[in-house]
Amino acid sequence: MIARLIGTLVIAGIASIAVSAQAPAYKTPRTPDGQPDLQGFWSNATYTPLERPDNVTKEFYTPEEALAAEKAAAARENAQTDPGTVADVHYDFTQFGLDRSQATLARSRRTSLIVDPKNGKLPPITEEGKKILAARAEEAKKLGGRWDSAQSNQLDDRCIIMAGPGPPMMDAAYNSNYQIVQAPGYVMILTEMIHDVRVIPLDPSTFREPQGRPEQGRGTTGSGSPRAESRSDGRLNAPTQVRQWMGVSRGRWEGDTLVIETTNFNGKNPFRGSTENMKVVERLRRVSEDVIEYNFTVEDKSMWERPWSAEALMRKTNGPLFEHACHEGNYGLYNTLVGARLEEKHAAEAPTKKDSK
Amino acid sequence: MRNRFFIRVTLAAITACLALAVALVNAQAPAYRAPRAPDGKPNLSGIWQAINTANYDIEPHSAAPSPVLELGASGAIPAGLGVVEGGALPYRPEALTKRNENRANRLKLDPEVKCYLPGVPRAVYQSFPFQIIQSQKHIMMIHEYAGAVRTVYMADQVEAPADSWMGWSNGRWEGETLVVDTKGFNDLSWFDRSGNFHSDALHVVERFTARSADTLNYEATIEDPKVFTRPFKITMPLYRRVEPNAQILEFRCVEFVEDLLYGHLRKQPSQ
Repeated sequence: MIARLIGTLVIAGIASIAVSAQAPAYKTPRTPDGQPDLQGFWSNATYTPLERPDNVTKEFYTPEEALAAEKAAAARENAQTDPGTVADVHYDFTQFGLDRSQATLARSRRTSLIVDPKNGKLPPITEEGKKILAARAEEAKKLGGRWDSAQSNQLDDRCIIMAGPGPPMMDAAYNSNYQIVQAPGYVMILTEMIHDVRVIPLDPSTFREPQGRPEQGRGTTGSGSPRAESRSDGRLNAPTQVRQWMGVSRGRWEGDTLVIETTNFNGKNPFRGSTENMKVVERLRRVSEDVIEYNFTVEDKSMWERPWSAEALMRKTNGPLFEHACHEGNYGLYNTLVGARLEEKHAAEAPTKKDSK
Repeated sequence: MRNRFFIRVTLAAITACLALAVALVNAQAPAYRAPRAPDGKPNLSGIWQAINTANYDIEPHSAAPSPVLELGASGAIPAGLGVVEGGALPYRPEALTKRNENRANRLKLDPEVKCYLPGVPRAVYQSFPFQIIQSQKHIMMIHEYAGAVRTVYMADQVEAPADSWMGWSNGRWEGETLVVDTKGFNDLSWFDRSGNFHSDALHVVERFTARSADTLNYEATIEDPKVFTRPFKITMPLYRRVEPNAQILEFRCVEFVEDLLYGHLRKQPSQ
């Protein structure tokens, strides 16, 4: 009964998002210095995959189909441990919020976040891209097995970077929460996971709202990929030698839309295969009190034959964010390395014992 | 004649008093008034940095050789006059013993060596810039070192929900001064590279006041009855990074310390 009621509410919610996103009536509030106000706490937790599932051919689900897809995805996450086992108690994903079941979901009826190419899939990989992927696989082999060293482990297990901060900012399996704070000349986005902060300087010529310039060429929820145009401000360019995990970001206002361009990646955290040559253009526009439309275009000529674009949402959630000190308490990495060495020791000793008998 | 002498003495006294009063006013009242933020509050936004040797030792100290032989003069410790009002820290006797042990084992124990979050006030005077992003409900302090970050709650203030490295900061404006009250610390961060430390009873009250267009007065009153016999104060100026392209860059040091922390757990090639 309760489940059915929730189901109905969810369907109503999904329907209302679709409606509110299309209604242009919402007037974005302003900060005291006149920027469109995106401040607050937001979540981009979603069950919508980046790429469209193979068995799906349409762009949008019906509200009923969206709910079914969400339930199936939630069940898959919940099934990571077998009910009643020690592991299930120890790693109860639902109870400890290690899945999305307690998150503020940024729901949409999209079948994939990717909207361009139209098939909802990443574009084909270039010949150069294939070589890069092969070379990476070789490098990874040299590092040995996952538990051979800290460096052979995953970036998130090493507390170096997680999926959240991007760019592009992607739903991380849990705690997909952000805080946006604005001051004259800057937008700051704090990611909950590993307290990653993006400080985005704004092009000063776009501080004030442009007068009488209509917003062109962008869709609401449906068609139209975000423009990936470049308006460079020499003063804001970063030297190409400066390479960062989160790249170097520059922002500007186009009407009510915050446009962020990021380059200068270090290439050590490939996003779906991307290289250090990736350029990400993000567009954030508040379409209601509770929803920010988050669109992005990824361009990386070294990996993909053409740029690709996705549309996601950020939904207002409850603050505040608590300090996520990851590295400082990384017993997981330490213990798995200790465990692996101990197993090797036992394995090395076992035949000796047999021989001596 | 006597009268004139009296007048002259009186005038001299008045002049002296006035001079003294002017001197007192100059010494106490910050003559500078910061530009206003869009909400009318003093605007402290900017990228700031301390220029001193407090991160080596907040107490007065002489220059000393590098704790790492290979670094030679490049890793040596520069002298400093200290930032603690009155010079020495008011340690309880047993806490002083622990400080000295910390100092002797600094390379093993200093959380900064391990790329752990720096805590407060150390984050302010590490040799890295930090940026203040000043909004109405929240003022962010974003530190380059380890990407440490503090949210100062100007509204919706609550008690610290749990202990943390950077603590829980609630702020308020007192005239020209931003006052930040921080509690809810764990007992793991240090004040400097010399083993000066605190407990989880640490309570820091910081005061940020503009003293010119490009400098701030920074003072922090530190209270920790488990470690110190009385509260003490540290003071220093903070300097604006005025380069037109100044920005906080990444210093993600976790990657830099993996061999130090986990190198001994690396799989050895089989013999």
